[in-house]
Amino acid sequence: MIDRVLDSRSLTPDHFDWRFLGLIAAILSLGVLSIYSVTPVQAVTSTPVYLKQLAWIAIGCGAFVAMLVMDYHKISRLAYVLYALLLVLLVVVLVAGKTSRGAQRWIPIGPFVFQPSEFAKLVLVLTLATYYTRSPRQGWMQRVVLPGLIMLPGLLLILKQPDLGSGLSYLSIYISMLLVVGMRSKAMGTLLLFAVMLFPFAWELVWGSLHDYQRERIMTFVDPAYDTGGKGYHGLQSRIAIGSGELLGKGLYGGTQSQLKFLPEGHTDFVFAVFAEEWGFLGVLVLLGLFAGLIWLSLEIALKAKDMLGALLAAGLIAMLAFCLVINIGMTVGLFPIVGIPLPLMSYGGSSTVATMAALGLLLNIKRRRLTLFY
Amino acid sequence: MSTRSGTQHDELRELQQRLILFKIGLLLVVGLLALRLWYLQINEGDYYHDLSENNRTRAVVLEPVRGLIYDRNGVLLANNVPSFGLYVKLEDVKDRKALIESLVNLVGLDENTVRKKLPERGSKLLPRKVKDGLTLREAALIESHRLDLPGVTVRAESQRNYPSGLTAAHLLGYVGEVSSDQLEKPEYTELHPGSIIGQYGVERTYDRFLRGRAGQKTVEVDAMGHEKKTVEVGKPSAGDDLYLTIDARLQSLAEQLLGEEFGAIIAIETGTGDVLAMASRPAFDPNVLSRELTAKQWEKIVQDEGHPLTNRATQGQYPPASTFKIVMAAAGLETGTVNLTTKVRCMGGYPFGGRVYRDWKERGHGVMDVMDAIVDSCDVFFYTLGQKLGIDTMAQFADRFGLGHETGIELPSERTGIVPSTAWKTRVRNEIWLPGETISAAIGQGYTTVTPMQMTMVMATVAGNGDSFRPRIVRAIKERATGQVLDLPSVPRPKLALKPETYELLHESLEGVVTRGTAGRARSALVRIAGKTGTAQTAALKDDRRKGTDIPKKLRDHAWFVSYAPAEAPRIAVVVLVENMGHGGSWAAPLAKQVIEAYVKSKPAEPVTADAVPAESPAVAVAMREVHD
Repeated sequence: MIDRVLDSRSLTPDHFDWRFLGLIAAILSLGVLSIYSVTPVQAVTSTPVYLKQLAWIAIGCGAFVAMLVMDYHKISRLAYVLYALLLVLLVVVLVAGKTSRGAQRWIPIGPFVFQPSEFAKLVLVLTLATYYTRSPRQGWMQRVVLPGLIMLPGLLLILKQPDLGSGLSYLSIYISMLLVVGMRSKAMGTLLLFAVMLFPFAWELVWGSLHDYQRERIMTFVDPAYDTGGKGYHGLQSRIAIGSGELLGKGLYGGTQSQLKFLPEGHTDFVFAVFAEEWGFLGVLVLLGLFAGLIWLSLEIALKAKDMLGALLAAGLIAMLAFCLVINIGMTVGLFPIVGIPLPLMSYGGSSTVATMAALGLLLNIKRRRLTLFY
Repeated sequence: MSTRSGTQHDELRELQQRLILFKIGLLLVVGLLALRLWYLQINEGDYYHDLSENNRTRAVVLEPVRGLIYDRNGVLLANNVPSFGLYVKLEDVKDRKALIESLVNLVGLDENTVRKKLPERGSKLLPRKVKDGLTLREAALIESHRLDLPGVTVRAESQRNYPSGLTAAHLLGYVGEVSSDQLEKPEYTELHPGSIIGQYGVERTYDRFLRGRAGQKTVEVDAMGHEKKTVEVGKPSAGDDLYLTIDARLQSLAEQLLGEEFGAIIAIETGTGDVLAMASRPAFDPNVLSRELTAKQWEKIVQDEGHPLTNRATQGQYPPASTFKIVMAAAGLETGTVNLTTKVRCMGGYPFGGRVYRDWKERGHGVMDVMDAIVDSCDVFFYTLGQKLGIDTMAQFADRFGLGHETGIELPSERTGIVPSTAWKTRVRNEIWLPGETISAAIGQGYTTVTPMQMTMVMATVAGNGDSFRPRIVRAIKERATGQVLDLPSVPRPKLALKPETYELLHESLEGVVTRGTAGRARSALVRIAGKTGTAQTAALKDDRRKGTDIPKKLRDHAWFVSYAPAEAPRIAVVVLVENMGHGGSWAAPLAKQVIEAYVKSKPAEPVTADAVPAESPAVAVAMREVHD
């Protein structure tokens, strides 16, 4: 193909989207700032959490560049191999993984731990996009059931850990890609798309009508690792943190909820609440704007992708990011039940950060190559 | 290839059109999240802000320092000393069982007690007091094992201390944690569980002044309840100091005189009502009772046969026996039933209703007038008088002398004794008064009972020719806040208006009791003492004429001596009651003499609080009202 000829031109500034990079850098910075403020330097011996996060971001930049420079068609060719590797890793987690708080999700590598389920989402996007590009997309069987069967082992392995949050994101990728690719009827597609968009809010309606003890039972049944038994303690503390931020916030270090540890997991799943407490409604608007901008630019990439693979990949990656974003913020503001889903680019966590940055690298990769000639 | 590419291209177009809906969805979702955040942060922001403030702050009570108690001359009777309390915060305890074991080993605590104080259920955040009053050695031991005992802390606290131990125990009282029942009373509303209040004696009646006001410290705590920093401090204000009317020297003397015997000695200043000494034996150690007692210790005190917790001066009720003859003589003279020349022949007995009421002197006293009858304590004279007066007139005079009523001394649970009458017997026993009972009542036996405090007031009243003051035990309060000393005024009691001749006769006869009558052992070279002996028969021994040591001690008579001095110008009234000692003249009178002599010998010291404010100060009025409410 001719597109390979143009490879050498692709990294020129003209094709490099600085807005995209700027948004990523801004969100990452706010994340590190929030982590910095909420995790005091404990002992001289242990590395501060924000420094660890910076290290992860550095590794993430490597992943970002790696995903950016390789042609995504080449990466696509590795999809099934990567998927097989993923399944092996997920089995390894179940057999030899590190258990923490009732869940077995991590593989220790030296001083670090590696969480395969965070990469599972990325690999699934790649796998499904590859599948849909290569296979004919007619018929119920090929459109829905076969990719479903491909996806299923990964899902089951993730839920077995158990990791409800990752499982839900994983499933959401499959459903989103199904919707993007599978629907012939425009009307039906539109309808379903809205249904997916509004699903969280509809869920809130159903969920909200349940009694506390019913929710607790459901939650502890599906995800025993998460403390919902604390009578909604975490959710309440998160709402208090966010609400008490009011318009202007309490300032850096000023968040009593997060500083005094009333807010659980301030540097990981509830980092948004930390930010909202410290910077208030105005800060939150800025942050939402940054995220919205990033996804908007990603959607542009998907819309202008030069081929099916690019568009499908982009759509899947967007679904992956958007789902995590909405569910995470939704749970901190009390719209959804609390499930362990990190906020992309902000929550502390090596695997999540690296996987997200790799995904963003891939997105930019698609953008870079859209100007290359197709034939 | 081209067809496939064409199809792919169309499909891509369609797919990308569909993605536009993603854009709409994105805006929708971000908008909804922003709306929700606006609701939380702007609409409900204040509410959540309050919640976060409640989360982060906690109020810690700062206990006030209790006021000090001095005697009339500034001798310290009650103060506060540092003490070590052992606290355990269950939250930080990893292994409860192991902790209990090490506490049992280290400081010798009772395992069951510790277990009860550290329940497995309930809040783990609040430090619980496991033991107080640790010795310095125990405290040091705990501190040195600190690393092995997570969650255990030793806190320095203020412990009430009574430097002279058992001295004036009943008068001073003791302190203890406020009970849940007490917390419901209006006077204790500002307190909280764990507050220390006076539970007995002056500590209790003047608790409102002594206890001070608790302060409050607002601290910032983290989610685990660890204190991070102090936000605000409302300092506690110390309690006010009390100056008692007690003279510590006289008090100690009175207690020494009682020694191991059970009984009471009271000395009051007749011109003011000041209680100079009030001894009651057996006593308790207020230092012990002010600490936390185990159930066993408490049981031992309560079940002690000597009833050490009873203040015999105000709560002991005894037949007045012959001391009641003072009231009888007054009743006789006032009603005109007898006059100074009325004579009765005493043959050693008084036949009535088919039996003979005996005189204490078997041979009889011979011909007696009223003065002789008091001096020699002739029973027959008073049997005759009683018979003539009737029980209800006797009751009426007893009542006028204050018997059957509280004297109003500011000590908890004062008893009133019994002044029997026909109405009383109907009311209480639903029985008819028997004529023979009047005979017994005439010599202060039978149903009649009085407290030593009441008899003291009878003597003070006689000494003052009817004028007397309510007994007072606190003469001044020193306000901690201002340093001002508020003198509490003496409160006069209603005058007992008897004829001057009646008082004259009583003075003369009572002095005669000492100079030539039954209380020869009270005769003093230093001072003229007037008094009356009494030998109260215990119920079981009514007609037993056995003497002295044949009788088991528990059944022997109670010895009374009621007195005042100097006879010519009385300043002090002293009452002695010794249980189961036998004859009052032999056993009680000498004790009273020693107290009086000690008082007369000592210079009537000017009380130390010279910078006192005038008694009519409004603060004092308020103070008085509060005390008496």
